[in-house]
Amino acid sequence: MDNLLSITTFIPALAAGILALFLRGDDEDAQRNAKWLAMAATSMTLIVSLFILFGFNAQDTSFQFVEERTWIMGLNYKLGVDGISILFVMLTTFLMPIVIVSCWSVNIRVKEYMIAFLLLETLMLGVFMALDLVLFYLFFEAGLIPMFLIIGIWGGKNRIYASFKFFLYTFLGSVLMLVAMIGMFSAAGTTDIPSLMGFQFGTDDFSILGIQIVGGMQTLLWLAFFASFAVKMPMWPFHTWLPDAHVQAPTAGSVVLAAILLKMGGYGFLRFSLPMFPVGSDVMAPMVLWMSAIAIVYTSLVALVQVDMKKLIAYSSVAHMGFVTMGIFTFNQQGLDGAIFQMISHGFISGALFLCVGVIYDRMHTREIDAYGGLVNRMPAYAMIFMFFTMANVGLPGTSGFVGEFLTLVGVFQVNTWIAAVATSGVILSAAYALWLYRRVVMGDLIKESLKTITDMTTRERWVFTPLVIMTLLLGIYPALVTDIIGPSVTALVVHVETAQAAYDVTTQMAQN
Amino acid sequence: METITLFAPLVGAIVGGFGWKIIGEVAAQWLTTGLLFLAAFLSWITLLTFDANAHENGYYTVELMRWIQSGTLDTSWGIRMDRLTAIMLVVINTVSALVHLYSFGYMANDSQFPDTAYKARFFAYLSFFTFAMLMLVTADNLVQMFFGWEGVGVASYLLIGFYYKKPSANAAAIKAFVVNRVGDFGFALGIFAIFYLTGSVNFDVIFAEAPAISDTTLTFLWNEWNAAEVIAVLLFIGAMGKSAQLFLHTWLPDAMEGPTPVSALIHAATMVTAGVFLVCRMSPIMEFAPSATSFVVFIGASTAFVAATIGLVQNDIKRVIAYSTMSQLGYMFVAAGLGVYSVAMFHLLTHAFFKAMLFLGAGSIIHGMHHEQDMRNYGGLRHKLPWTFRAMMIGTLAITGFGVPLLYVGFPIGFAGFVSKDAIIESAYAAGGGYAFWMLVVAALFTSFYSWRLMFLTFYGKSRGDKHTHEHAHESPKVMLVPLAILAIGAIFSGMVFYKPFFGNAKYVGQYFGLAYAEQGTHDAESSDDHANEVVKNYGDETADGDAESHAKVHYIFAGEPGHGAIYVSPENTILDDAHTVPIWVKLSPFIAMVLGFATAWFFYIRSPHLPRQLAQQQAPLFRLLLNKWYFDELYAAILIKPIMGLGRFLWKRGDGNVIDGSLNGLALGIIPMLTRLAGRAQSGYVFTYAFAMVIGLAVILTYFTITGNYE
Repeated sequence: MDNLLSITTFIPALAAGILALFLRGDDEDAQRNAKWLAMAATSMTLIVSLFILFGFNAQDTSFQFVEERTWIMGLNYKLGVDGISILFVMLTTFLMPIVIVSCWSVNIRVKEYMIAFLLLETLMLGVFMALDLVLFYLFFEAGLIPMFLIIGIWGGKNRIYASFKFFLYTFLGSVLMLVAMIGMFSAAGTTDIPSLMGFQFGTDDFSILGIQIVGGMQTLLWLAFFASFAVKMPMWPFHTWLPDAHVQAPTAGSVVLAAILLKMGGYGFLRFSLPMFPVGSDVMAPMVLWMSAIAIVYTSLVALVQVDMKKLIAYSSVAHMGFVTMGIFTFNQQGLDGAIFQMISHGFISGALFLCVGVIYDRMHTREIDAYGGLVNRMPAYAMIFMFFTMANVGLPGTSGFVGEFLTLVGVFQVNTWIAAVATSGVILSAAYALWLYRRVVMGDLIKESLKTITDMTTRERWVFTPLVIMTLLLGIYPALVTDIIGPSVTALVVHVETAQAAYDVTTQMAQN
Repeated sequence: METITLFAPLVGAIVGGFGWKIIGEVAAQWLTTGLLFLAAFLSWITLLTFDANAHENGYYTVELMRWIQSGTLDTSWGIRMDRLTAIMLVVINTVSALVHLYSFGYMANDSQFPDTAYKARFFAYLSFFTFAMLMLVTADNLVQMFFGWEGVGVASYLLIGFYYKKPSANAAAIKAFVVNRVGDFGFALGIFAIFYLTGSVNFDVIFAEAPAISDTTLTFLWNEWNAAEVIAVLLFIGAMGKSAQLFLHTWLPDAMEGPTPVSALIHAATMVTAGVFLVCRMSPIMEFAPSATSFVVFIGASTAFVAATIGLVQNDIKRVIAYSTMSQLGYMFVAAGLGVYSVAMFHLLTHAFFKAMLFLGAGSIIHGMHHEQDMRNYGGLRHKLPWTFRAMMIGTLAITGFGVPLLYVGFPIGFAGFVSKDAIIESAYAAGGGYAFWMLVVAALFTSFYSWRLMFLTFYGKSRGDKHTHEHAHESPKVMLVPLAILAIGAIFSGMVFYKPFFGNAKYVGQYFGLAYAEQGTHDAESSDDHANEVVKNYGDETADGDAESHAKVHYIFAGEPGHGAIYVSPENTILDDAHTVPIWVKLSPFIAMVLGFATAWFFYIRSPHLPRQLAQQQAPLFRLLLNKWYFDELYAAILIKPIMGLGRFLWKRGDGNVIDGSLNGLALGIIPMLTRLAGRAQSGYVFTYAFAMVIGLAVILTYFTITGNYE
């Protein structure tokens, strides 16, 4: 099985093709068939991906399961995973069946809905596996099209505004990244990602329009990629598209957006910015760290005053992504381990939180916090699940939310205590907004007439949450499951970055003397 | 055995919390309670059989499982068993087991939940709390301790908000959690700093590095500080939150919204003492941070005083006891800050018994009075609740410090609080602390006043308030009285029994805590370790010495090294010894304060009950200040909560709305028309535009590659 990665990637696309070509009609049977086929395809993908996980050798820090083929016009089709990317692949394949089950109750254009999610899965997996620049770009950008469709067709009232914002941000980022990719190709003469990771891009200072560019070419390329990844994360102040997109997206769309799509930005930093432009990263690290610290406090404060549940959780997501960018740009083991861990863990937790909103949205068709209150009286199981993920979201030790936050903070304290202190204050604010949300929605007496007949979670809904609860607890209690896999690759990355930065420091000092 | 002690409550919590539908509510209650009694029994065995000198460095560890590992950061789930742990195990499991038992009666019928099952949930929460607390005290590294620290916070949150229909209970629950998080902010930064400096979060490494840390400077925020001082202060901020010390105390009185057994277990005997435990646990660092420990003493003394003043005028019986708890915690911090950690632990132990008893007694009164908590509506209850009355009397005698002053028969004669509180006050004087000493003595006077006020208002005089309630007032069932009786034994005897190992002299304390000691004068700096070990080895022979003799003649000092034993006291720190030689008036002062407080309370509430109201009118501003708890809540609402919410709203509307989206829209006005032209005015929105842009992008790349011919 030397093409395991391709099989994993294209099972969903194949299923989407079958749906598109062979499924006719829009009656109940057809809808059920579409759902079951999607379910089968995503489950199959999960099973196949497990073979990748079990066959993966964590001690080997090079790319594994590599497939390379010549493609059109001399371009290469090249896939592979290493310790940094494999868990994102697993996160995707793990979450997609849950996502499919969670939209079981959708009954508008079901076939198209399933096709969109299946295609999305293929494209997301491609992003995390691609080892060729052009291939990466293709997956990275194409992945947004199904997401647009999901928001635009199955979304809420203001879906056009939301997709407009989403589009504008990501487009600006992509253009710059494309330019940078062309620049990289002309400098290195290859689009092969492993080769590019070993290539040293120029670091000689030069000036453009009288502005001195420290770190030269690397810094410019870094900035171009940053534009794209910072929007994807999203980092403050490029985050305002996210709350709107979440609010308009259907539940399953929100889950995928928060749990997987956002991680592409963080993955991009780890795959491109750090290994390919270590000097540029070093030059810009203070800016990123401060942006992250501001993001954590700023968005937590904003979350505090939200009146829409989904917006609140979206802002909370931005704050949590702040820990990720902060961890990445500490360039040390704890920071990077923490950043990856935080992304994986946030995939489960934020996904679950959006599902929690979905459960009551399905019943009441409103996301407004004030429309709820006292749900615990009629929905004890829901109250328990929501409490669990609220606590995971505030980073309670014993849940996976703690490990990532803790490690990134440990990492950043070694770099800058100011940033550590500002970011740590986020733990106070997160407790405040998360528990206050919980109180307003779940606690209290049930007095609102409209809620008097609300019903507790169905068996299907409970099954949706079960795997998420298990993963959140498991990773919180035994995080070695993740750190054992990412550890060696992260160590290699840290060494690579440190060496390059040290070499740069030596040359600049020599130049000055 | 440690493992069983640790996990029995967890099993109870899980089975009781999730499995009660299968096994039934009653079985869930019995299961959780039974497991807790098992844990309590095992922890007493542990305490009585644990011999610090039988283990290298006075402790042993049991590793359970790996936890967070990242580069040099290496944490595991583990148990560190030393004297501190053993003491805490007994405190936690004993009180918890009794509270479980008590709850059978107290929670039997709850008007809040007419038709919902709630008992299994309550018992599961209690057991979960106990487990988290045990994780906190058995931790062998700071991160696991933080796990327990936050775990008890969650349990506390859940139990304060147990009556989830009451808005006040929900508000109190959030307040408790968030204020504690402010403390955790400091605690977490302390952990980061320690890891940064030592490369480890494990106690054995940290303690061994303590002297080195104190020689290091750490750039923290705007300044370079002595590393030990920074760490000590940061950790203490965590302790302040958990132990409700001044400025981070506002959550504790509100936490009384929880059911009374919860107040007894969490907000009196165990969780709130976690801060004291943290300071004692980190004694090797604290000993090297003189400024930080002065700060600890200052905050502790001020808290003891302020809380006692507020306690003077409160009318809710639980709030009086809550402020009393806060005040007593201040005492413990004074002791810990002075470096007499054993004395801090002593008061922690005795306080756990008598304060849990006071709370459970108050619960018994509330239960008997149909959930009336206002003391103004009590009065003359001693005939209606005779057993509760006796228990409360013992508790009051214990907390006010009743005993026979100046009599010493190998140990002082008196109730638990008399022995341990006087030990703290004498230590405060011996340390030369004018401020701390006087604050504590005045606080002792106030303590005596409000405690007796509580007794007089509740049990003496004529019955006030609702006649019907008084007529139907009833004594509590046996299942609630038995725990009171057991705690009463502790409240009477624990001070006398444990006097020597906690406050005897450096020799007894050293032996008990596994810390080396030496005779004063023979101690030689260079060979301290060898010599000290010798002395420890001679332990068996020396016990034959007359107690009074060694107390009177030979002076011992500590001669251990950081990391050896459960606590560390530097050889220069002789307060423990000096505290025994303070002037007689100092030894008498807490007793006098107690008598004065009693006399005043008697005069005010028995002799001439109209006096308090007159005094309140005369001193209206002062009275209002105390009644409103020194206006801390109002102050925080004005300077913190409102501005923060305002800032949040400002950032949302102005920052996100006007600045970021505003500039984006401005940009968009220029770009969008251009793009739509390019895209041929795609009708159905931006999806096609985007797809088009991407295709163009790919085309550009492909063209470039094809033209340059630069591919392989």
